[in-house]
Amino acid sequence: MRDAPLLQVDAIDVFYGDFQALFGVSLTVERGHVVAVIGANGAGKSTLLKTIAGLMQPRRGSIRFNGAAIDNAPAFAVVKRGIALVPEGRRLFPSLSVEENLKIGGQSGRPGPWTLSQIYKLFPVLSERRHLPATALSGGQQQMAAIGRALMSNPDLLLCDEISLGLAPIIVRDIYAQLPAIVGDGMSLVIVEQDIAQALKAAAQVYCLQEGRIALQGAARDLTREAISAAYFGV
Amino acid sequence: MSEQGRYRVEHATRSSRIGVGLIVIVLLALALAPFWGDRQMLRLLAELLTFVALASLWNLLAGYAGLVSVGQQAFVGLGGYLLFAMVILGGVHPIAAIFIAGPIAALVSIPVAALTFRLRGAYFAIGTWVVAEVFRLLASQVSVLGGGSGISLPAAAVIAMAPTRQAREFEIYWLALALTVMVLAAIVALLRSRHGLALTAIRDNEVAAQSNGIDVTRVKLIVYVLTAFGTAMIGALIFLMKLRISPDTAFSVNDWTAFVIFITVIGGIGRIEGPIVGTIIFFFMRQTLSDLGSLYLLIMGAVAIVVMLWAPKGLWGLIAERYGWQALPLQRQLVFDDDARRASDKRA
Amino acid sequence: MTEWLNVILQGVLIGGLYAMFAAGLSLIFGVMRLVNIAHGDLIVLAAYVALMVTQTLGLDPLTSLLLVVPAMAIIGYALQRLLLNRTLGDDLLPPLLVTFGLSIIIQNGLLELFTADSRKLQAGAVETMTYQIGTGIWVGLLPFIQFVVAVAVIAALQVLFYRTALGRAFRATSDDQSVAQLMGLDTRHVFAMAMALSLAVVAIAGVFLAVRSNFDPAIGPARLIFGFEAVIIGGLGSMWGTLAGGVILGVSQAIGAQIDPGWQLLAGHIVFLIILAVRPQGLFPKVSG
Repeated sequence: MRDAPLLQVDAIDVFYGDFQALFGVSLTVERGHVVAVIGANGAGKSTLLKTIAGLMQPRRGSIRFNGAAIDNAPAFAVVKRGIALVPEGRRLFPSLSVEENLKIGGQSGRPGPWTLSQIYKLFPVLSERRHLPATALSGGQQQMAAIGRALMSNPDLLLCDEISLGLAPIIVRDIYAQLPAIVGDGMSLVIVEQDIAQALKAAAQVYCLQEGRIALQGAARDLTREAISAAYFGV
Repeated sequence: MSEQGRYRVEHATRSSRIGVGLIVIVLLALALAPFWGDRQMLRLLAELLTFVALASLWNLLAGYAGLVSVGQQAFVGLGGYLLFAMVILGGVHPIAAIFIAGPIAALVSIPVAALTFRLRGAYFAIGTWVVAEVFRLLASQVSVLGGGSGISLPAAAVIAMAPTRQAREFEIYWLALALTVMVLAAIVALLRSRHGLALTAIRDNEVAAQSNGIDVTRVKLIVYVLTAFGTAMIGALIFLMKLRISPDTAFSVNDWTAFVIFITVIGGIGRIEGPIVGTIIFFFMRQTLSDLGSLYLLIMGAVAIVVMLWAPKGLWGLIAERYGWQALPLQRQLVFDDDARRASDKRA
Repeated sequence: MTEWLNVILQGVLIGGLYAMFAAGLSLIFGVMRLVNIAHGDLIVLAAYVALMVTQTLGLDPLTSLLLVVPAMAIIGYALQRLLLNRTLGDDLLPPLLVTFGLSIIIQNGLLELFTADSRKLQAGAVETMTYQIGTGIWVGLLPFIQFVVAVAVIAALQVLFYRTALGRAFRATSDDQSVAQLMGLDTRHVFAMAMALSLAVVAIAGVFLAVRSNFDPAIGPARLIFGFEAVIIGGLGSMWGTLAGGVILGVSQAIGAQIDPGWQLLAGHIVFLIILAVRPQGLFPKVSG
């Protein structure tokens, strides 16, 4: 069992009503690896992450995680199996304090290294502001809280949707600087990014989505800039 | 061929042409009912017609304008009480009183809207109910109209309508038919007007309608006032038929709102045919289940819940979607002349 | 003067009952934006459940709460899981119509089972005990207990909402359903827990209502309206505001009744409409956070 990939997405078709967003998308994540999914706006990146996290169900195809099929599991059950999503736009709970936002991330009760104090060690600024409402944080701090909230469920696989969106470059660098500390525990990571350079730096494997299909995939170091931009823009 | 000449907007479809034909036949049959039906049948038909009118008005309000009111009994009761007040205190002819009750209720509805429109969604619904309760409590304070126990229409006023009982019954039946047809015709005219397009836009997507320059609040206010107008006239007619009024019957939430909503939902909300289909089903169930007493009301509630959850477009909605029927030419359809010509070429 | 003080005091005490009507309504609106038209009928249902419990087991009404509260909570959980969860969404008609249907079903079901006769729960000596707290000012023991219980219920809800994991789940689900699911919360279960809690409060309110006055299957809708008015007067989403709303409504009705018995309900409605006209956000709106 140890040799099977952690996550295996196999030829999924995903629809919003009549509109098909993903066409036969397959993706594999090995244990302890960082995988980047890149692509233009509307290419289906967020849809892919939402489907893995259980917020959407594929109409065809399968998703296996830790050897078990999860493609029909609802999101709340997927979390308990060890997948956490940092949603696009952070989406902290405005009625909850910073600390409550983190605590609710741990609601699923999975044991593991991440506790409130570990999160505060990773992002000390959150500790200083823990009693403030989540809305009182700056954009970068909110992103830290959103990552911390996801980590609190001690996932085996962390999905990050556009964590650099709307943040100053220096803050993005800070957040990405923490990635090794996160993956260090053997956790796997899927990051969705529009910032290709950032994604290539962080990831070992890259998938490029174009209009709902995988246009390119491979090891980050093997992919040429030309191949990526061709897959990215479809030219 | 000019750019404009290539398509035109049509309302009618084949089914709606058949529908209009059927409607004419049904209307003729209904108009002649005094000559083929007995007294009981006339009473039942008149009652059925008033429910068609009430449900159609509620359908306009909730199904098109998105104003889910559970307080329309306020205007049914107001209409009834206005009629009794005018006849008893002012010596007005009952039929004239019906037509005066409408505009008065429309006037009253404006301040009511000013208050209740402050509430959103479901809270608006209960807010309208509070207003109806206020009307009920105020009506029971008016001692010249019998206070809490109610009052009957004086015999003299009734006799003044028509000399014989039969003539009176015919008159009231025809009045019910005429008023209901007027209400339906007004609703159809409204929906086919410029406002109707705005209403359909609001029904389909309120936010999009707003951003396309439709003054949603104004359109809603117009519909609310017009609905109050019609509902009060029907209310006046209902209590002219009953010849007796009391605060509890006039402002009954179950009779004038719960059942009206059930009728509309069972028939199909947001469609002009829905309330008609719903009323026929409602009366059919009432006639067959009435021996069961209060169990029949319980069944009615359960049927409404089942339809809402499993067939939210109602029975007419199911039929219309499966067969593409519409009894009245309301939908606008874009007809491309090129397509039409190609189609006729093929046939030739 | 003392006469008016007595009137106001009685109004304040009955206001506690109205606050309990309102708390359950406000709770489920806060968590899932559902307005439960059957709320008043569920209060009456709780009164009948208490009637059966007291009659068959010979318990006094206050002890019967030990059974009535869990029974209503279970009914609430099941109702939400089996029926009301299916109605939630962007369209406001389904929840409204389904709870309206439920209201009709409960009213006529009770009518079928218990007839239209008025009933009352007998609480024995507690009902008649009164204490003098000032010259000419009297407080009945039962209304006093009822008010204290109401304050305790509101305080408990407040603690539950802001100090417990369940309360956190309620607030998170209310904020953002899909992200709440990403936290491992089954929102269908969270909603059902909210309805269970709402009906637990309804059970307490129903028992006090049944001890205080006569009840029959038809009195539910008026209780819904009192609860609704207290919620709006107090300001949506504020628990203590709900208590204030209940008290204001109770005092208005008491003063109205003192002027003319026919004005009791009317005075309450009119105060509600005035507040709606001049301060539609309620007197104590939730500070947005």
